[in-house]
Formats: sequence, C-alpha cells, structure tokens
Amino acid sequence: MLRLSGIGKRFGGLTALEGISFTVAKGSITGIIGPNGAGKTTLFNVATGIYPPSQGAVLLEGRDISALAPEKRARFGLVRTFQNIELFGKMTVLENVMVGMHTQSKSGIFSCAFRMPWQMSEERRIREKAKEWLLFAGIPELAEVEAGTLSFGKGRLLEIARAMALEPKLLLMDEPAAGLNSKETAELAELIKRIRDLGVTVALVEHDMDLVMDICDALVVLNLGTMLAEGTPREIQDNQAVVTAYLGEE
Amino acid sequence: MKADKIKFLVFCLLVLLAPLPLSGGYLVNVLVFVGINSMLALGLNLLLGYAGQISLGQAAFFGLGAYGSGVLTTQFAMNPWLAMLIVAVCVAAFAFAVGFPVLRLKGHYLAMATLGVGVIAHIAFNETIDLTGGPSGLSGIPYLSIGEFIFDTDLKNYYLVWGFALVMILLSLNLVNSRVGRGLRAIHDSEVAARVMGVDARLMKVQVFALSAFISAIAGSLYCHIMTFISPTSFSFHISIELLTMVVIGGLGSVYGSVLGALLLTMLPEMLRAFEDFDIIVYGLLLVSMTIYLPGGLVRGIPMLFRHLLPKRGSHA
Repeated sequence: MLRLSGIGKRFGGLTALEGISFTVAKGSITGIIGPNGAGKTTLFNVATGIYPPSQGAVLLEGRDISALAPEKRARFGLVRTFQNIELFGKMTVLENVMVGMHTQSKSGIFSCAFRMPWQMSEERRIREKAKEWLLFAGIPELAEVEAGTLSFGKGRLLEIARAMALEPKLLLMDEPAAGLNSKETAELAELIKRIRDLGVTVALVEHDMDLVMDICDALVVLNLGTMLAEGTPREIQDNQAVVTAYLGEE
Repeated sequence: MKADKIKFLVFCLLVLLAPLPLSGGYLVNVLVFVGINSMLALGLNLLLGYAGQISLGQAAFFGLGAYGSGVLTTQFAMNPWLAMLIVAVCVAAFAFAVGFPVLRLKGHYLAMATLGVGVIAHIAFNETIDLTGGPSGLSGIPYLSIGEFIFDTDLKNYYLVWGFALVMILLSLNLVNSRVGRGLRAIHDSEVAARVMGVDARLMKVQVFALSAFISAIAGSLYCHIMTFISPTSFSFHISIELLTMVVIGGLGSVYGSVLGALLLTMLPEMLRAFEDFDIIVYGLLLVSMTIYLPGGLVRGIPMLFRHLLPKRGSHA
C-alpha cells in the first residue's frame, strides 16, 4: 500500500531521518514506534506531504507521490490524524466531518452561491453520509456541538470520523491514544480494528505499548532517525537492539 | 434552514421600508452609502472573516471598479451596465493574478503586501492624468438608467444600490453555508488540517480574494455613477482601514455583521465631524477596544448583552 524508499530528511545541519525504507502492507495495521525524538512524527509529515523529503521517495500503491502537496495526496486516498488534534474549532462537529468529504464533492463558488439543484442534492448526500461517520465513531449525539468545545477524547474520535469521511485507502494516525484514559484507549483499539475491517490500511505512531502489541500486525522501530528493526510484535519484543534503545544498556 | 430564510425576508422588508419614514431627506443619501459600504464590507468579510486572510488593499478594487466604469463611460461612451460587468470581471481577474503570489504570505506579511497593492493603485489613480484626471478627479460620469428611467435621485439610487446589496447578501449567505464556505472556514481554523482533508487552500484563498474584488468593483461602479464625479481621495488607504473597522465592529465571519458595521461606520463620521482628520484615532480606538472586549463583533455582542440582561429583569419581577 505505502512504500517508503530511502527516506532522508534534514533541517539545516540536523539530520532528522536517514535511510528509512519499509512497506506498509495492504490491509494491515502497522505500528511505528521508537523513543522520543526518533523521528516518528517527522516521518508522518514527510509521508503526508507537510514537508518534502530531502532524499528518497514515498510510493502509494506504486505511484510516486513524493512531490505532491497534502491536498493532492488526499485525493489519492491518503489521510492522517494529528498528535495534538487539529479540528476546525469554530465549526460544528457535523461540519468538521463534512469537510472530510471535500474530495468526494465538487460544487464550486458559482453553484454554491446560486444553490444549483445538483449542489443541493450533493449537500444532502454529504450531510447524510457525514452523520453515518459520526455514528461509526460513536459520537452521533454531538453533531451540532461546536468542535472547539469537545473534550480531548471526543475530539480524537471526531478527528477519526473526519478522516474516515474521506474514504481513505490509508489512514495514518499520530499517537491516537495520547491523552486518553484506559477506557477510551480500549474503545480506540476496537475502533481501529473496525476501520481495518472496512478495508482501510492503518499506520500509527504510538507510545502505548499495550495498544500497539494488541492491534498491530507489523511494527517498525525507529531510533535517532534511523531504522532499528522491523517485524511482527513478537519478533520486536525479543529484539535485543530494541530493548537496548528503550531501556539503555546494562 | 427555514429560520435563515425568514431572517433574510425580514431583512429585505426592513431595507424596502427604511426610506419611507425619511421622506427622501438627507438620511436617504447616507443610506445609499451604507449600501455601498455594506457590499465592500461583505467582500472583505468573506476574505477575512471566513477564510481568515487579511487585506488592507480593498480600496484598490473599489477604486478600480469606479475608475474603470468612469473612464469607459466618459471617454469611450460605453453602455454603463456593460462597462460595470466588464470592469468587475477584469478586476476579479486582476485580483486572481495578484492573489497567487500575495496570498502565499501569512499574517503581517500578507497585510503589508495587500497594503502595497492599495498604495500602488492609489498612486496610479493620481498619476495617470490622461485617463483619470489625476488629483483633480474625473467628472461628467453619466447616471445609470434603464430605458427612460434614470437613477438620478437619492431614493432611486437607494433602491438601486440595495437591490445589488441584497442579491450579494443572499448569494454570500448561500456560499458560506456550502462546501466552499466550509472549506474557507476550515482554512481559517487550521490550514494544515484543511489541506490534509483535500481542501486546496491556495486556490480557494485566491478564489475568495477574486470574489471580494469582484464585489468591491461592482460597488465602485455603482459609486461612480451615483456621484458622477470621483477623485483618488475616495480610494485611499484610509478607506481600506474604515472597511476593516466595519467588519471587525459588525462581526467577523457574519454576513449581516458586515451590514451592521457598514451602517454604524457610515453614520459615525457624521457624528465625528468635530474631530476632523483625527477621526482615524477614533477608528483605531474602536478597533482595539472591539478586538479586546467584543471579538465576535456587535452582531454577536448584542444578543449576548440581551441574554445577560433579560434573566436579571425576570428575577426582579
């Protein structure tokens, strides 16, 4: 689904990422883990086009998308959520999800201003579909609430609903469990599995090891901007280099 | 949805009836300019209040509309309605072209760049004397007319201007509650998230910039035909600041707020005559105190005030 090949990223003299190559298999839940400062979020930013890579290529279903802006990548079915939640705070919850359907609708300035019949029916379709995604994420009762007033946990669910509204092929989640309590984390795990069951490939950066070991099919370990290990959760748990990176040497 | 329609119809009715008790007096003349300023404020509000992109150069588009129509109808004897359309389309195209480089900038840099556009236009109006008459102005601009019916009184101009304003208000209301409006507001709240959701932020910002220029140019054309005389002072930096004040006072991100701001700020100078050129200090004070104490503008502040006052009154009874 997603292939990263020789990704490097430098900020001035600082090398944030170097020689990162791995594949996120179609239909999998792949976890990207590593100590703080390993370059996980930078890797996500490169994958989604927030910044271009200094080296290497990002391939989505074999297509090189390295040079595309985030909005173009969204059209090819790549979407993400953010570590610190980036909601449209002054819009309602439902409107947030409706923005997620931007790529699946096409009314422009003129048809919107003049309320053309096709625009009206498109608007109805978007609204109904957006409500379904709120139901999917388990927050249908919040539809008319202003998104900026949501709790962190609900905000995260909204972010997921909004991302799913894009009907992506690949969903990247940046620390989805950060700031959630254990009950919310358990619900999140179920939600992520349901997302995979819809045929969406998921890649996530996460610190919560219990969550990662529970839901991930494959893991990639980063340390200091380089690849440390790659394998199934069981292989990674037994990997001496990974244990050393996390716990330090004896 | 239905409440919005009723609100708009009530507003139309208010606009329709407003001049009747004034019996064609001086206030009708002021209300003509309220209408023009409402359009200009609306154009800026779509850009600033919804998409979150500032422009300190709106007077340039207003001026280009006015001079475009003025020059085409006086020196080239073009039909005024045709000239209005051609000029508005050209000004929008100009804004579209300028917008691509300028709207890549953010915050203060965007403010400075749009300010630059305004200043350059103002200098051009002053210096292209052969076309515009320079500082001494352009006179002899014809009134607008439909067949034998000539828009030559305040009352006729009132209905002319407000007819245009109401259409623009309706179209803007439709726009902000649609896919495009949601895209604009999303850019305002989080540009990076909007882009990740597939909103082409760069293109959308330029489109709304061009739309605000189109609206401002129409207002400019109407202005020149109503005044029949225009000079560069009507399109200076001062005007851009006044428009900004209208939008902030009325309510950022509110279509009706633009009208409320235009109403207050058009009436205000009449009250500020005593201050002469120092009136800009009053605008400055208004801007600062509004952004600190009432960031939602009057259109949101007034209902809030009522909510605070009414329960108290109830508890006394």
